[in-house]
Amino acid sequence: MAKKPRIKVPKSAKKGEQIQIKTLISHKMETGRRKGKDGKLIPRMIINNFSCKFGGKEVFSADMYPAIAANPYFAFYVTVDKSGTFEFAWTDDKGKTVTASKDIAVT
Amino acid sequence: MLEDTGEKRRVLGRRDILKAAGVGVMAIAGGGLASGSAFATPESTAEALKKIIGTAAKAGKVTIKLPEIAENGRTVPITVSVDSPMTSGDYVKTIIVMAEGNPNPEVVNFNLTPALGKAEISTRMRLGKTQNVVAAAVMSDGSVYTGKKQVKVTIGGCGG
Repeated sequence: MAKKPRIKVPKSAKKGEQIQIKTLISHKMETGRRKGKDGKLIPRMIINNFSCKFGGKEVFSADMYPAIAANPYFAFYVTVDKSGTFEFAWTDDKGKTVTASKDIAVT
Repeated sequence: MLEDTGEKRRVLGRRDILKAAGVGVMAIAGGGLASGSAFATPESTAEALKKIIGTAAKAGKVTIKLPEIAENGRTVPITVSVDSPMTSGDYVKTIIVMAEGNPNPEVVNFNLTPALGKAEISTRMRLGKTQNVVAAAVMSDGSVYTGKKQVKVTIGGCGG
């Protein structure tokens, strides 16, 4: 569906530190309101769900509508207590999912 | 006498134009309703929001950061933050963002957990025209707070 997402997670953090995570994925986010060259509406095709898990537990998710701009971007904060892996998943209207993960070392 | 008629004609001309314009606007509005693609209004947005959060919403605690003027409505940065300690006993469960002047009011729903530590999320949205953006935060105890921000849009970004 889309190219490799870009994710920014610090490699290491202190225990209890608040870290910022930024994610960006390339996607047209077709609203279903645009007309193609043939004058017909281009069907809606967006990423409708983004989720972020830490250590297998969901910490943040977002349900998206066509009003989210192309190449969905999210920035949010997470407080980390232990080392672990962040897992990210983007799901589109056809049910296809793109996943990525990042490790963090907490001292 | 001749001058008089000229004046009258010009006035009539203006009226004709206004009438024609009026009919045109009505036709557009009617067509929009028929195909179900009418833009959202503040009322319909409030209605849609009420369905999700109920009527007990209070204003406050929710801050929306948006540019004063968005030159390009296709991608407008937005940051929503909620005043909350984000502990396991008192945190923000959901943030609902809606745009009053877009074809559909829904923009995004954020599902939060206490693990975040801070209820502040940034993303980028589309804006069809100058309008208010509304955000509602549902707290873990069930209370609801709302915030509002106006944004001026130079070029709309909702297709067409």
